[in-house]
Amino acid sequence: MNEGKKSIAESISREPLLWDRGRVGRSGFSLPKRDVEDTPINEALLGQGPDFPDVSEVDVVRHFTKLSQLNFGVDTGMYPLGSCTMKYNPKINEKQAKLEGFTGAHPLLPCELSQGALEVMAELEEFLLEITGMDAVTLQPAAGAHGELTGMLIMHAYHKFHGSHRTKIIIPDTAHGTNPASAALCGFKTVPVTSGPDGILGADTVAEIMDEETAGIMITNPNTLGLFEEHILKIAEAVHEKGGLVYGDGANMNAIMGIADVGALGIDILHLNLHKTFSTPHGGGGPGSGPVCVMKNLASFLPVPRIITHNGEFALSEDFPLSIGRIHGFYGNFSVMVKALSYILSMGSDLKKASQLAVLNANYIKEKLKDVLHLPFDRPCMHECVFTDRLQQKNKISTLDMAKRLIDYGYHPPTIYFPLVVSGAIMIEPTETESKEEIDNFVEAFKAIAEEAAHSPDLLRQAPTAGRISRLDETEAARHPCLTG
Amino acid sequence: MRYLPHTENDISVMLDAVKKETLEDLFTVIPENCKRKDLLALPGALTEWELDSLMKTRAGANASPTEYTVFLGAGSYNHFIPETVSYLIGRSEFATSYTPYQPEVSQGTLQAIYEYQTFAAMLTGMDLSNASLYDGATALAEACLMALRISKKNTIAISTLIHPHYRHVVNTYLEPTDCEVIEIPMLESGCTDFSVISGERELAAVVVQSPNFFGCIENIEELSEICRKGDSLLISSFTEPLAYGLFKTPGEQGADIVCGEGQSLGIPVSFGGPGLGIFTTRSKYVRSMPGRLVGKTKDKNGRRGFVLTLATREQHIRRGRATSNICTNSSLCALAATIYMSSLGKTGFRNLAKINYDKSEYLKKKLTDKGYDIPFAAPAFNEFVVKCPDGFRHTYDELLKKHIVAGLPLAKYYPELTEHYLFCVTETSSKESMDAFLKEIP
Repeated sequence: MNEGKKSIAESISREPLLWDRGRVGRSGFSLPKRDVEDTPINEALLGQGPDFPDVSEVDVVRHFTKLSQLNFGVDTGMYPLGSCTMKYNPKINEKQAKLEGFTGAHPLLPCELSQGALEVMAELEEFLLEITGMDAVTLQPAAGAHGELTGMLIMHAYHKFHGSHRTKIIIPDTAHGTNPASAALCGFKTVPVTSGPDGILGADTVAEIMDEETAGIMITNPNTLGLFEEHILKIAEAVHEKGGLVYGDGANMNAIMGIADVGALGIDILHLNLHKTFSTPHGGGGPGSGPVCVMKNLASFLPVPRIITHNGEFALSEDFPLSIGRIHGFYGNFSVMVKALSYILSMGSDLKKASQLAVLNANYIKEKLKDVLHLPFDRPCMHECVFTDRLQQKNKISTLDMAKRLIDYGYHPPTIYFPLVVSGAIMIEPTETESKEEIDNFVEAFKAIAEEAAHSPDLLRQAPTAGRISRLDETEAARHPCLTG
Repeated sequence: MRYLPHTENDISVMLDAVKKETLEDLFTVIPENCKRKDLLALPGALTEWELDSLMKTRAGANASPTEYTVFLGAGSYNHFIPETVSYLIGRSEFATSYTPYQPEVSQGTLQAIYEYQTFAAMLTGMDLSNASLYDGATALAEACLMALRISKKNTIAISTLIHPHYRHVVNTYLEPTDCEVIEIPMLESGCTDFSVISGERELAAVVVQSPNFFGCIENIEELSEICRKGDSLLISSFTEPLAYGLFKTPGEQGADIVCGEGQSLGIPVSFGGPGLGIFTTRSKYVRSMPGRLVGKTKDKNGRRGFVLTLATREQHIRRGRATSNICTNSSLCALAATIYMSSLGKTGFRNLAKINYDKSEYLKKKLTDKGYDIPFAAPAFNEFVVKCPDGFRHTYDELLKKHIVAGLPLAKYYPELTEHYLFCVTETSSKESMDAFLKEIP
């Protein structure tokens, strides 16, 4: 485990692995006092116990503080990661989720002892329905992809209930990879559909392939090019005509809160990402929360337990015989729900303003950068804009090089090489919480990088150089996996 | 609104730049008949202090462990959490970052996950771990899917003493597949009756939980032998990983996949979520594994660093043919568990496990002394079943009024077990509170 002696410079630039700090006899835990007698255990059942290092509390705090300093977060600076909605995470929400009445509430308490938690969930459900214009919702899915799976299970159950055996699902080429993967878990075969020359899906294209063996379509609106699917009503009509359902991937809901009426768009099932649109922190990749909203005719298929009111009290009911069943150990990521509810309560009808400003910021970046970066679809965008590296390719500079150079300028890179329909994609989502000055600075940085690409391209190929670590060998990591120390 | 930094002037300059007159004009691409006509009917925005007061009321309407004596476990355990855990996971560089797609600016998250993977493998006695999944129940469902992929068979045998919610989740996940799930009954001892699957060769996997739903320690070694003969994978689930501080790990007893809930490791019960889906396996199955993986590598200058790796299994590369649809892990919870496990260390982890064991044995003994029946004789950790006298439900309700939650009534999950209650005792239950409870019951 010990990696040998290091130079002083090197030890400053990185943090040793935790076990290199361990010494038997140290402890970082205040062991509760023993107030009962020692009881012997059958020796044959005893194990050795895991060989964790013994470290002091100071060791623990220094180690993880140092690791945190090797990270970039929204609080560090602009994090324009397209499709991820890295907006500011309000501190007051964290405080609410830490209230002892929430953190200490056991999920199997009798309902009369958890009325506050159930009310939080019921209230959040009500607000999410108001924001989306849909009829019923489950808060159980723990993430966006989990919401997609829930949605696909609902679609599967719906067709089964109607005695219709459907094996295919239509998924546009702009979709997140989770869409086909979630559909596959329900045994659906993906029928890919190509978006038109304007970056959006044509209704005729969908109508041509939609048939009675197709369960429905999974569509992201606004799509992953940041464009609103203008033909959504006709697409939904074509799908509904053949008995199919429309699944809406709500990853990009931040563009349209209070503006588009999702229920009226013909969408039957929609998942939301509380960790994107509703400001809960991403936590380095979870925990998130992916509620699923449905229209009336699908409500009976939602997962159990569901929150009901009974004699003026909130209760949990499993009495929904058509339900797809349970999809989480308990009721989903409750503490994330507390944060999202706090956000909605703090914003009120300003949620609409948030969407407007998110879209303004993205359009502004699109206008400011389109002279230096190739813009494949020059039309008004929603909350994010997608460029490519076509102009820089002539200097043999790629999207990856520009992304890494942005790190030297103090920014988290945008999403790169996604969506797949655009070669060398650079997907920028500023969100509404970045000010005009921040965005101007980001634009200037990108312009400077485009200039460097033309005149001193090696600066980009070597990037990042300003940080503690340079580009990492990912091929070696995959060829000889070393997953534990 | 304090989260929206734009001044009226900024908005007007920016609108000019994008050649629009009003904010509404940004949305002309949305067809009129798709637009919302009315305003969002939400309550007026609250100030920080109004929000504090409202949430305090909501939180106050739940039974918290400082006001109630709660003998509830069943997949969610109340343990003491060192202050360092919530302090460190609250650091915004961890909390406000995303999946570490850009390793050069995410070494903190990546190294912490690498350390988590190492600890999770040690804890369960397995070769390697993924970066974590949503929770114990979904981890078990993913384990079943993985076993179906590896074995190419399509029947799974699952112990009736797996947490009922976990069984329910597995059934939900497997419903659209043609996989058959059969349930293995229990013995009088409170352990699973493996004899019924002995000699069975058509099983993709046999699923067991230890400690099981009744807290009893299962004989995984014996099951491993049966699985080896039947060429089935052994999936070992858990809800209380602290048990592995004392008892043999599933890994050393021959499990192929170990998965379960890590909430006990420094994560509050929080009304059931978020949790931490721990998932570990043998090296040979690494490429069939669901979820993110972090690996060690070097940078251009030869310095040690960490990256997400083996992504070719995953949805963003393989789309419909991925090993699962998982896009993230339960990263901040995995970090909490790593901090918790390091704070305890080998010594503390074992000592804490023993205190838990001793405390539950104390309550068990006192209840036996009072004439209560402990129907299952197998050794148990933290939890045990008590058969209470007829009409105990009335006592249970009376105890609630006295701020005592006397375990979990089991009849809802096992209809034959009327008047049976599942009790849980951890280091947070003082002798004093247990004695006070004992005084209150007949």
